Amino acid sequence: MAQAAIELIGINKSFGAVRANRDINLEIVRGTIHGIVGENGAGKSTLMSILYGFYQADSGEIRVGGQPASIKTPNDAIALGIGMVHQHFMLVDNFSVLENVILGAESDALLKKSIAKARSELERLEREYGLEVDPDAIIEELPVGLQQRVEILKALYRGAEILILDEPTGVLTPAEADHLFRILKQLKEQGKTVVLITHKLREIMAITDTVSVMRQGTMVATRETKKTTVEELAELMVGRRVLLRVEKGEAEAGGVKLAVKNLTVKDTRGVTMVDDVSFDLRAGEIVGIAGVAGNGQSELLEAISGIRHAVSGSVMLDGKPIDLTGKADPGELRDRGLAHVPEDRHHVGLVLAFEENENSILGYHDDPRYLKGPLLDIDAIRNDAKDKITKYDIRPADCRLKTANFSGGNQQKIVLAREMEQDPGVLIVGQPTRGVDVGAIEFIHKRLIAMRDQGKAVLVVSVELDEIRSLSDRILVMFAGRIVGERGPEASEGELGLLMAGVEQREAAE
Amino acid sequence: MDIFIAIVQILDSTIRLSVPLLLACLAGLYSERAGVFDIGLEGKMLVGAFAGAAAASVFHSAFLGLGMAILISVAFALIHGFASITHRGNQIVSGVAINFIAAGSTIMLGQHWFQQGGRTPALAPGERFEAITWPGVDAVRGVPIIGPIYSELISGHSILVYIAFLMVPFTWWVLFRTRFGLRLRAVGENPAAVDTAGISVAWLRYRALICTGILTGVAGAYLSMVQNGGFVKDMTAGKGYIALAALIFAKWKPVNAMFACLLFGFLDALSIRLQGTPLPLIGKVPVQFMQALPYVLTVILLAGFIGKAIPPRAGGVPYVKER
Amino acid sequence: MSTPYAKLPAWADYGLIPVINLFVAFVVAGFVVLLVGENPFRAAVILVEGAFGRGTGIAFTLFYATTFIFSGLSVAVAAHCGLFNIGGEGQGYIAGLGIGVVCLAFDSVLPWWLTFPLAIIASAAMGALWALIPAYLQARRGSHIVITTIMFNFIAASVMVYALVGFLKPAISMAPQTRTFLDGAQLPKLNWVIELFGAKIRSAPLNISFLLALVMAYLVWLLIWRTKLGYEMRTYGHSPKAARYAGISETRIVIVAMMISGALAGMMALNPTMGDQHNVALDFVSGAGFVGIAVALMGRLHPVGIVLAAILFGMLYQGGAELAFEMPAISRDMIVIIQGLVILFAGALEHMFRPYIQALFASISPKTVGIEAVKGKGA
Repeated sequence: MAQAAIELIGINKSFGAVRANRDINLEIVRGTIHGIVGENGAGKSTLMSILYGFYQADSGEIRVGGQPASIKTPNDAIALGIGMVHQHFMLVDNFSVLENVILGAESDALLKKSIAKARSELERLEREYGLEVDPDAIIEELPVGLQQRVEILKALYRGAEILILDEPTGVLTPAEADHLFRILKQLKEQGKTVVLITHKLREIMAITDTVSVMRQGTMVATRETKKTTVEELAELMVGRRVLLRVEKGEAEAGGVKLAVKNLTVKDTRGVTMVDDVSFDLRAGEIVGIAGVAGNGQSELLEAISGIRHAVSGSVMLDGKPIDLTGKADPGELRDRGLAHVPEDRHHVGLVLAFEENENSILGYHDDPRYLKGPLLDIDAIRNDAKDKITKYDIRPADCRLKTANFSGGNQQKIVLAREMEQDPGVLIVGQPTRGVDVGAIEFIHKRLIAMRDQGKAVLVVSVELDEIRSLSDRILVMFAGRIVGERGPEASEGELGLLMAGVEQREAAE
Repeated sequence: MDIFIAIVQILDSTIRLSVPLLLACLAGLYSERAGVFDIGLEGKMLVGAFAGAAAASVFHSAFLGLGMAILISVAFALIHGFASITHRGNQIVSGVAINFIAAGSTIMLGQHWFQQGGRTPALAPGERFEAITWPGVDAVRGVPIIGPIYSELISGHSILVYIAFLMVPFTWWVLFRTRFGLRLRAVGENPAAVDTAGISVAWLRYRALICTGILTGVAGAYLSMVQNGGFVKDMTAGKGYIALAALIFAKWKPVNAMFACLLFGFLDALSIRLQGTPLPLIGKVPVQFMQALPYVLTVILLAGFIGKAIPPRAGGVPYVKER
Repeated sequence: MSTPYAKLPAWADYGLIPVINLFVAFVVAGFVVLLVGENPFRAAVILVEGAFGRGTGIAFTLFYATTFIFSGLSVAVAAHCGLFNIGGEGQGYIAGLGIGVVCLAFDSVLPWWLTFPLAIIASAAMGALWALIPAYLQARRGSHIVITTIMFNFIAASVMVYALVGFLKPAISMAPQTRTFLDGAQLPKLNWVIELFGAKIRSAPLNISFLLALVMAYLVWLLIWRTKLGYEMRTYGHSPKAARYAGISETRIVIVAMMISGALAGMMALNPTMGDQHNVALDFVSGAGFVGIAVALMGRLHPVGIVLAAILFGMLYQGGAELAFEMPAISRDMIVIIQGLVILFAGALEHMFRPYIQALFASISPKTVGIEAVKGKGA
């Protein structure tokens, strides 16, 4: 039996009412690459942050090299030989590589010696692992792949024997990712232990020895990679959630309401988030966009709704173009019948400090129905809010209550009521039921289908595969910014899961 | 030759006027580089000036005065830290509060202790920092050009003036050549990087604020124990804010800070010198224009019309561990 | 919103917490009084009696409050839009220029009730103008509004000295101030209102601009909570992302909010110039713009709270003057200390006691704290 580098026993961690980790048991064998997979929010990052001393577990035990360890700060973790490469790099952008490497690990009060030592140490690491990087380069001038390499070097410089990587390939191109994997394999050959957190099954299959699957805060299975399949992992990851299927008839798709052509969106760093996406949305149908979070769905929604600048391509609403410069007036789009339920209701869709009735006009506050000259028509607004409260069964039924005091499901209903009651021709919805209780989910799904049956065009983006399958008349799968496949609602979970993991695309390309 | 003498005199008063700015500016540099905005430089200078003059006159020692100035100024810096680091309060609001408390308490306590309308007693010779005359001043005084420069500009300042200018390379050295400086710069740019490297963000920022307090203390002591022979109410008269402007103007760099403070000091010296005297070509320049120039220049700089002043990225934001 | 704190009932949020913060500020101030060898309780009694004991005291209290209502409203309007206008001092000072020009031009030809509206417009316009540039620079060029408004305070000071010495003061006079305004630019006193209640007033500068301040408080309430513009400002102030989503232009809303804020700051110049001194003099604002920060924080950015907080600070100014008279060890600068302490405890340390109060409420009745409801975040 190989020796365990790390054992986690009965780890629990809650944030407020959210149980991020429940009773986690995990053993990581020395000298192996151990993958941890799971959907977003499954609790992988929390677990690793506990291991790295960034958070404290509420209960449970950590053993490193067989010895019980108390890891209260990252310092403790570093002392135990644990290093971490965070998803968002912990680098000082305007520092040089050397400065970043020695930060917190300086040998004495003056920098000269530390820098000299780090310089020769980096040369050694470069020789041993092929981790070449110019030690005097400034971080912000380096490509993302090299920045990540600096993070790995930081950990190795501190003598890490166990290296945790949190979603390391999220920001990498496929070529960069392949290079990373070669480095990780080399680390393993040198006897280091690597923990790889990801939601990409291809990566797991490609380089891990063992894989553990997390779902909703629990550890559901651990498998030897050689003895499992992508299909099995996908199923374990997604689980078989019980979801009340809402009855719906056949779609009667009409004319094209929204036409997206060759849309490309880049983020502020210039990384392509939406890559040449084209599709049509017709009246009387629900199109669902499936995909693991972070594959460009958010950016796609924002570009269509005029909030985000698109580099190229076009979006036609009822045959007329939408301004994609990022300076579009969302008010004008609303007038043209485009309603948008944003993914982030806490910061975008709602102002939590507002009273419920104030949020029920957000974005429609220009509507003469709510105005008396320059003044808001408070009575009209409140009556309108009360109507929506009744119609959408929003609880508590108090339009003067602060929005922050409503539960997630009711907050979402406030947004939906506002957008649906404007009777838009096109409704685009991001994560319709994120953080929403089961009862409200069914209600929201019924509403969306009712919209469709009234002949509206509905675009739904969700990371919940079940939701997509239950709602959609057509399913588009997004991976790495592209639409990698279109399926009907009858497509199986496994089939969609593979598409979402980018597996078929890779195979087709190879 | 008259013009030459006049220039030397203006430069001499430039040095004298820029010293408090320079000390306060470097003080601000430590805290802002660590990611803590500090508009309370003014107040800390003021309490430093008061504590210095008061202690010097009571204990009859300039150095005890200086020590007290530093001590009290550091205490105020720690209040700022308590509010903005420990309790994650608004750094601007905290700075404003410190300026108010400083303005009121110096006068109140001054009146209570010395009964001279908020002033401290005039400092006797041993209680203030005297000018240091360099060797050979008398010998070279007669030499043209070099003589006046050596005897007026270089020699004949108090120890605090030399300390202020030595603080420039020293601060540069601390910032770019020591472990503390590396971490301080890092915490102002990306506190999460510092936190994950196993360094306490709060303690680091507190230490930066202590440096700020020490320097504003010295700046205050200079005002009340060198430039003036005692404390006068509101004697900082906005110098803390000019120092802040100079800091932005210097783009948070020590050597730039020296030049910015010398420039602002020069404008001040010039406006005093030129009061009422018409300039060739331009004519009479209103003294107020010269006084406003540092602020106008800073606004123009901030607007990005002459270069871009990029503040430390984490500045003004309390550090909260991300979920 | 980003606040990590659970909700308290409104009365605790808007009443209890400010009162506790204020109380702590006064306790600390009490220690300062002790330090100078006086009895803090007696000092408190003198302070309150001086401010409210006699008719003249009340009139002075309200006179000081008038200026603070304007400056507090100014800070609040900007704050509702998420902006920290620390430039009220300069905006109020520069407004003196507009008032000076209007009064000097018209005081001999127009009656006060015609000069006053002109002066209101001039002061508001000058204040708004002085806020416009920092607002524009923030919205379009990204410069930090706190720094630019501080710089503009100093620039305003230079401009005013230049104007007063250059052309506003009479040629023969040495003092850097305008000539005394004639009757056509002197605001009528309001002391008779207090005398209606039977109090006697010797002479106090309380004047009609107090009523203007109350009207502005009402209008600010109307603006913030009852107009579309105020709605947009609050949306932007709470969440710029939500504002973007709702189609609210960032540039427009920042500039408009700052100009309104500047106009209010400008109007605070009416009270000391036309209402009291009957001239425009050097440094006539004397820190009232900064007091507005304390007033707005204390008043929780609500006009009613601001009027109350302004009266509280008016009381401090008037009672503080009495206190300085009665207790020689305490000078009027005690007020400045108290202001600083109020800003510290009600502003920078506003959340210091919050967790304890929340824990207290939670232990009494968990439901009122609404912990259950707020968790909507994750789940």
